[in-house]
Amino acid sequence: MQRLDAGLRHRVRFLLNGRAVEGDAEPRMLASDFLRQVLGATGTHVGCEHGVCGACTIRIDGKAQRTCLTFAVQLDDCRLETIEGLTDDKGDLNDLQTAFRRLHALQCGFCTPGILMSLDQLLEEEPEADEVRIRDVLSGHICRCTGYQGMVDATLEVMAARRNAAGGEE
Amino acid sequence: MEAPWLGKSLERVEDLSLLRGQGQFADDLATPPGTCHAAFLRSPLAHAKIRSVNIHQALSMAGVVAVITGADILAHSKPFITGVKVEAPHYALATDRVRYVGEPVAIVIAANRYLAEDALDAIEVEYAALEALVDPAEAAADTATKLHPSTDGNVLHERSFRYGNPEDAFTKAAHVVETSVHYPRNSCTPMECYVVVARHNAGEDLFEVTANFQGPYTLHTIMARSLKVPGNRLRLKTPPDSGGSFGVKQGIFPYVVALGVAARVAGCPVKWVEDRLEHLSAATSATNRLTTLKGAFDENGRLLALDYDQLEDCGAYLRAPEPATIYRMHGNMTGAYDIQDLAIRNRVVVTNKTPTGLMRGFGGPQIYFPLERLMDLAAKKLAIDPLELRRRNLVPTEAMPYTTASGALLDSGDYTRSLDRAVEEGGLSELIARRDAARTQGRLYGIGYAAVVEPSISNMGYITTLLTPEQREKAGPKNGALATATVSFDPSGSITVNTSSVPQGQGHRTVLSQVVADALGVHPSTIVVSSDHDTNKDPWSIASGNYASRFAGAVTGAAHKAAMKLRERLTRIAAADLNIPVEEVEFGGGKVYARGNPDNALPIARPAAKAHWSPLSVPDEAGVGLRETAIWTMPELTEPDEADRINSSGSYGFIFDICGVEIDPDTFAVRIDKYVTMHDAGRLLNPMLADGQIRGGFSNALGAALYEELAYAADGSFLSGTFVDYLPPTAVEVPDLVILHDQSPSPFTPLGSKGLGEGNCMSTPVCIANAVADAVDRDITTLPLTRSRLAGLVMATEAEDARSVPVAPAPPPGEGHALRGEGSTMVPASPADVWAVILDEEKLASVIPGCHELQNLGDNAYRADVTLGIGPVKGRFRAEVVLLDLDEPRSLRLVGGASGPLGISQGEGHVTLVETPEGTRVDYHYAVRISGKVAAVGSRLIDGAARTLINSFFKHLVSQTTNQATGQTETAPAQGLFARILAFFGITS
Amino acid sequence: MKPAAFDYVRPDSVDEALEVLAASGDEARVLAGGQSLTAMLNMRLANPSVLIDIARIQDLKNISLVDGMIEVGAAVTQAALLAWPDLVKHQPLLAQILPNVGHYQTRQRGTVCGSLAHAEPSAELPLALATLQGEVVVQGKRGRRVLSAADFQTGMMTTDVAADEMITACRFPVADAQSRSLFHEVSQRHGDFALVALAAVSTAQGVRLGVGGVAEIPRIVDLPLLQGEAVEATLNDLAWELDGVDDPHASARYRRELVRRIGKKIINEVSHATS
Repeated sequence: MQRLDAGLRHRVRFLLNGRAVEGDAEPRMLASDFLRQVLGATGTHVGCEHGVCGACTIRIDGKAQRTCLTFAVQLDDCRLETIEGLTDDKGDLNDLQTAFRRLHALQCGFCTPGILMSLDQLLEEEPEADEVRIRDVLSGHICRCTGYQGMVDATLEVMAARRNAAGGEE
Repeated sequence: MEAPWLGKSLERVEDLSLLRGQGQFADDLATPPGTCHAAFLRSPLAHAKIRSVNIHQALSMAGVVAVITGADILAHSKPFITGVKVEAPHYALATDRVRYVGEPVAIVIAANRYLAEDALDAIEVEYAALEALVDPAEAAADTATKLHPSTDGNVLHERSFRYGNPEDAFTKAAHVVETSVHYPRNSCTPMECYVVVARHNAGEDLFEVTANFQGPYTLHTIMARSLKVPGNRLRLKTPPDSGGSFGVKQGIFPYVVALGVAARVAGCPVKWVEDRLEHLSAATSATNRLTTLKGAFDENGRLLALDYDQLEDCGAYLRAPEPATIYRMHGNMTGAYDIQDLAIRNRVVVTNKTPTGLMRGFGGPQIYFPLERLMDLAAKKLAIDPLELRRRNLVPTEAMPYTTASGALLDSGDYTRSLDRAVEEGGLSELIARRDAARTQGRLYGIGYAAVVEPSISNMGYITTLLTPEQREKAGPKNGALATATVSFDPSGSITVNTSSVPQGQGHRTVLSQVVADALGVHPSTIVVSSDHDTNKDPWSIASGNYASRFAGAVTGAAHKAAMKLRERLTRIAAADLNIPVEEVEFGGGKVYARGNPDNALPIARPAAKAHWSPLSVPDEAGVGLRETAIWTMPELTEPDEADRINSSGSYGFIFDICGVEIDPDTFAVRIDKYVTMHDAGRLLNPMLADGQIRGGFSNALGAALYEELAYAADGSFLSGTFVDYLPPTAVEVPDLVILHDQSPSPFTPLGSKGLGEGNCMSTPVCIANAVADAVDRDITTLPLTRSRLAGLVMATEAEDARSVPVAPAPPPGEGHALRGEGSTMVPASPADVWAVILDEEKLASVIPGCHELQNLGDNAYRADVTLGIGPVKGRFRAEVVLLDLDEPRSLRLVGGASGPLGISQGEGHVTLVETPEGTRVDYHYAVRISGKVAAVGSRLIDGAARTLINSFFKHLVSQTTNQATGQTETAPAQGLFARILAFFGITS
Repeated sequence: MKPAAFDYVRPDSVDEALEVLAASGDEARVLAGGQSLTAMLNMRLANPSVLIDIARIQDLKNISLVDGMIEVGAAVTQAALLAWPDLVKHQPLLAQILPNVGHYQTRQRGTVCGSLAHAEPSAELPLALATLQGEVVVQGKRGRRVLSAADFQTGMMTTDVAADEMITACRFPVADAQSRSLFHEVSQRHGDFALVALAAVSTAQGVRLGVGGVAEIPRIVDLPLLQGEAVEATLNDLAWELDGVDDPHASARYRRELVRRIGKKIINEVSHATS
């Protein structure tokens, strides 16, 4: 059993985009604040701190989740993926990021990192998802700039492209 | 893709960083070492005098550096100035009164935000509640309580205008159609909230502030004045990226001053990141407006005259640039229609709500909602098809540029053609067939239209229309819409562009690279456009900033002008190097070359670098570096004339929208079946980005039409503090759009382009309302059209006959959001026994759980510190209760209240004891008002929670009395009597 | 919007968790997914001095069939239950309801038992538990109790779980193969709390109807097989009895109307399928 006292900082360790990282946090420090303020990973944004807007969404052990509803100390030994790790091995934008750009799926870009992380999981786990499902997953995010259509189109396009690529290899 | 770049859908340069999580938003920037963090204590009450603010305990808490109060603000700042000269001072913190829920009262400066918030809970503020005014009509009444004691009343501005001969037109009219509507409060709520980092250099008395401010830079003057420094000592920087604004980040300016003072008092840099509850409750809002609009029509449906009576609710203070919302549209109050007779009465009232400000569509939805509803009502009355009625009244193409009754110069457009194209290409006939088919099946299907003129590039002088010609004469003219841009070649020959457009996500960097690339014949990817701004280093002027859709028309024009100046200078340098006349120098492909002999060419970097490296070798005045700043404005943007005619904007686009909706007959959910939006915004600079603006504006407007409202209870408590209370639409709610474009270039902007990002916020709310009205055959006079509201409009009178339970009486009107209830319970004891328990103060302290301190104040008055709540929700409160009108053992009255970090409540209850054969019947009724955080974030639950507590109070009264009366000892009471009395006063979730 | 300070405890077993609970009493809160609790902590609506994080206790992560019930451990996320391969077969109503609980992202951390523990009047899972007449397994140092749905939720956001107890599992009966069930929710936006949520299950005698979002706790009524006007009269009575209140999102009147209209629809559908 671990007991971490209020008011003291405790070492937190996890894998961030494949790299082992660590830092100190009080029990009450939100995971979103830890990523941004302690680790300097400012790509994950904070938009509401009550779990609705989705801006702070990252993948924790593969699953898209709100970092504003997670404490840093809960991340111990977890595997985290954030927007900073989404580019391909060469550091180029991946297919989803590229489609977002081509289809103007972002404007101010504040909500975008969280949305990309949700869609990243969806693309991986449900490659056959239809538009209704994509919109369902996107409904866990609020975007005030775009009206969402570009995101839907980009996701559908990437799904089709990945299917084609997989088909071509077979 | 190749040149020319303008008019092409270039992918955005911004996306390369944003998609990697490398954006540089305000909260991402490094702060100076030693920066402390601010948290605001905010008013839980809509209207109250501040009796005292005790910061003693807060100052002693861990990590706290300073606590700033109204006294500091009075010592170190001046009130903000506005365009209306009235004695209604507005400071960055409340000083003597609070006037809206969320108004800042104090600031804690601490080592981090967590510690700062800890100390907030330790500040004790004593308030004396005043009557809150929420309804603008009530606030405008002569007898209403004044928000600002030194004013003559709550109407802080009133002016009437008359153009042509409206009285005559109304007298002659075959038909007069009238509508009265209320446009509600809403906000585009950018995903990034406000951020301010302030430091004060005491030696030079210089404030250095980084804030995600969007302009207008008229406000810079106001901030500097408030901080008591000249403009050059308020160095205001804006970050490279902004997480959206839509006008909202104009409202940050009081916080720049608050944090400036805080940094000065605390003696360290101070950072504040607004949270969502703060944002929703206290940042800003669109104005809510009551409008009565009359239209005079001839027998053929020609609209002869309009008569507006507008009552604008600007919230608790007239915060600059208010009352601009009501004047921004002044020139184009006649919309897309050819009407030369016009009457307008404008009144601006203050109420106990958050101050208003810029909001996408600024002033547009407030006029188009009544105007385009009026067209539908008129169509019905005159039995003319609503589309045809609109078409008949459009400003004729041959009249362009057309001067409106109130002075706008509609620059270009072919409204009739655009409307016809929308009808044709938008597939209206198919939509009508769909409606007919649906109606045959008894389904609720409707079609709506809206014709809208979308102004852009605000005239700096439009706000002075609120002054009389004599007052304007005295004040001196205000006019124009200065835009600035700097384009420079560095010594390596590469190009940098810098403007004061302060982008908020629209893609200015991309479009500016297109503009400059075309002017200088280079590839846009070779140009770097910087988007951050520094008032002490970068060019700017009064009109700078990101508002009034001024980028596409004005800022691009300035950039084009600067680039063309450079081109002219480079031409002279290159002509010499290429050994050709200047007339024969061409630019393209990154080169300068000889017309007719492209082989005689130089990379553009060569002559550009020469100007740096060898200024003596370049001809005449073209030398000495290559850096040009252009400042542009329009000669058409003159100040209001003596007849109060004002060309309030530089250009005017046209929109025609068609919407098909279907209403679920059971739930009254509105489904957008099809939405067609036709825009003529002149020349399109980047069609993909233009469509992005349209989609974004549409989704904001869809929210305004169906979901979003910043809601207040009648007592002024704020009810929309979270994103489950305030409801921006998600991907499930926002449908795809059919977007159509016409391109009638503006003759007045350098590139022929006009703004287009705000238009749908003007057209869409009313277009959807018209469609819904058509579907349900009811008039629609307010928004949003939530399911519940629509149901209330459509449903027949409720059949109550079959019900088996009595209905609670409706609260009397004007009684506020008081939670009311009544009940009755039987106690198996005599009234005397029950009475004894209620008044047995000796036992009170021991039976109160969570009671930290109990004081008997005498005369049946008590004060206690208690912890109370429901489920996991718990808070510490200071409660005061007094028992009055004791009529032993028959009745008594309880009056009191409780306050704590979770909120504040006041209530009153009446208890009557009636002897019956079985014992005593306890009858009770109560009214409780709750304000503050619990109301803001728990409005969905608060009534139920309060009712739960009150009902359980009486359950416990029964058990306590039974125990006392029968001599039993209380076995593990869940909660004690006194606690329940306190709970009675509304200490809830 | 930052939480007040608290001690964070991560027990490795239920017994350890109970030790801490017993020691801290009223001052502790159990944290599982935290999708409701953490938001309340951030807003400082709740200020416990100890948080007991049970999300990693292996014993609480199981979904199993026990005596004709689907037992869902307290650390099982809503997404995990939704992904349980036998869910549609064993409890189709739950399979209909779960996609309406929060959003994709919150279901991946939020637990089934956590939503029950929160007992929010508009939440879907308490309605599911009540309509299906499930149970909640509660453990304390004093022992283990199995609470019926009716005994479990005592009011708005309050349950019968004592300060020194924690929920270790909840149980939903396996659906009768002949039984049919339906769920219908009306909310403002997709994923919002229900303005009104209705669940209906066919029973041997008729239809059991559950209504959430109106009264302080889900209201369950067992109705005989009714036809025509009798359905309407019964629903009208029910609509009034629920005694809903106006809030900024919906009037009490609208909620009554939904109970009548949607109630009729789903009762008819469930009844027809059965008869």
